[in-house]
Amino acid sequence: MHDVVRRTALPGRSQSSHDKMARSLGYFSIALGIAELVAPGEICRAAGVRGLEPVVRGYGAREIATGVAILTSHDPEPWIWTRVVGDLADIATVAIGVQQDNQSKGRSALALAALATVTLVDLACADGLNSEKGSRKTATRDYSRRSGFPRGLQATRGAARDFKVPDDMGTPELLRPWDDTRGIRQN
Amino acid sequence: MKALVWHGTTDIRCDSVPDPGIEHERDAIIKVTSCAICGSDLHLYDHFMPGMKSGDVMGHETMGEVVEVGPAARKSLKVGDRVVIPFTIICGECEQCRRGNFSVCETTNRNKDLADKAFGHSTAGLFGYTHLTGGYPGGQAEYLRVPFADTTHIKVPDGIPDEKLLFLSDIFPTGWQAAVQCDIQPTDTVAIWGCGPVGQMTIRSAVLLGARQVIAIDRLPERLSMAKAGGAITINFEEESVIERLNELTGGKGPEKCIDAVGLEAHATGSVDSMYDRAKQAMMLETDRPHVLREMMYVCRPAGVLSIPGVYGGLLDKIPLGAVMNKGLTIRTGQTHVNRWTDDLLNRVLENQIDPSFVITHTEPLESGPEMYKTFRDKQDGCIKVVLKPGMNGGFHA
Repeated sequence: MHDVVRRTALPGRSQSSHDKMARSLGYFSIALGIAELVAPGEICRAAGVRGLEPVVRGYGAREIATGVAILTSHDPEPWIWTRVVGDLADIATVAIGVQQDNQSKGRSALALAALATVTLVDLACADGLNSEKGSRKTATRDYSRRSGFPRGLQATRGAARDFKVPDDMGTPELLRPWDDTRGIRQN
Repeated sequence: MKALVWHGTTDIRCDSVPDPGIEHERDAIIKVTSCAICGSDLHLYDHFMPGMKSGDVMGHETMGEVVEVGPAARKSLKVGDRVVIPFTIICGECEQCRRGNFSVCETTNRNKDLADKAFGHSTAGLFGYTHLTGGYPGGQAEYLRVPFADTTHIKVPDGIPDEKLLFLSDIFPTGWQAAVQCDIQPTDTVAIWGCGPVGQMTIRSAVLLGARQVIAIDRLPERLSMAKAGGAITINFEEESVIERLNELTGGKGPEKCIDAVGLEAHATGSVDSMYDRAKQAMMLETDRPHVLREMMYVCRPAGVLSIPGVYGGLLDKIPLGAVMNKGLTIRTGQTHVNRWTDDLLNRVLENQIDPSFVITHTEPLESGPEMYKTFRDKQDGCIKVVLKPGMNGGFHA
């Protein structure tokens, strides 16, 4: 038997710590995206790579789009996973573009460490958001005694069969079920 | 007073707001004793419905005690009366109200121009449900101003717990209307998508109305167990094919009556069309996720009826209208004409035919409302229905 998913909303709030974390990542995404669009050269230098300014600009656009999606969506989880995929692309780009001089190597190592940290934060956030949702694997409270019928199900079945359906909601005569045995339409 | 206030997507807070007062001679003020979070409130929480503004008070399932009455409402209400407030605000005088079509009252939507633009023609004013339906403050609060109070109320007797009566405001008549408008015959199989609170009420209504077979479709075991307790055969759509199982249970002919108690936020995680809907929704090319509608239209028996109490808000894509047309299906939908049904339903509660409190899983103070939105939306803690009580100390789940 699985445990029921516990409540995760912060006291007095309609959001959890992971929701808050997602919002922070949304703002971070937009800020980083703007920096990549405005100053791709500086970003490349800081990461110890060269000649990748157009790629960095493209990544900037991706970061901004993802950030906006996170901040405007009711469910940021898929967009946080999008960030994880983006993180992996960033890591691959830096790893492939590492220069051979020592200064660049050092910068690339720092950049990779930073990207790895951000990836871990994104992963923690996405996993946290996912684990907050009840599903067939987690929701196991038993409500099998709640019929809602004080006299019992069998005694109540069809108890309102004599209810007269208003004319504007009734089935047209021609569409009523046909009783083969009696050759008439059923009521 | 304290009230649950919408501040933005997934951001509901319990704020202090000004107490309501009489603004019109037909108004009354209600001291709220119980209110509930509705599944359709989640569409506002998730911000799928347009027309919300920061500062709007939430809630449209409310009951309480009358504490102030405007002069024109005194003919039918007095201080001290115990009332359930229907979620639809009705004038009782317009052509639609006279026909019993209360949810499309022609008078009470004070933002008629906005609704005309969105829907072609205005519908009734609703409590706490966007500015498209009047922008009226809702009832998840300590007090509620009830406009057109002489007609917008259901008087209920003392001596019966709030929990048995509160759902006359919305989900019980909504489930009832969903079943009634199917015109259920003793030979019918009724398939109901969604075992949330409205789905549960629909199942009980279909059983009461004498359907031969009621089939309930969901993915959460706890909701399916409650559906089974109410007399339904259950299908877990994550474990078996809904289409195949429905055909199997109906001799290959499909159910005569299909009811969508899900609405615009269908969670059909594995299906191709739901992935398509999510992608389009993310790109703002589609507002609603109509997986259930597609499935109903496909599986329904020719000449059958599709009943849609589930809330839809805007534009839907890839609707198989060819199946609807060629099979000659009838579609009946709409917000609930609450007061059309409540006299009858109140009698059924008083006669112990049904006890709607079965659906309540959590009872909490009003101040816990924001947390309970998240809990309800994410199906945490076995949550199916939340009742909030102003002034209550501590909460419990049943």
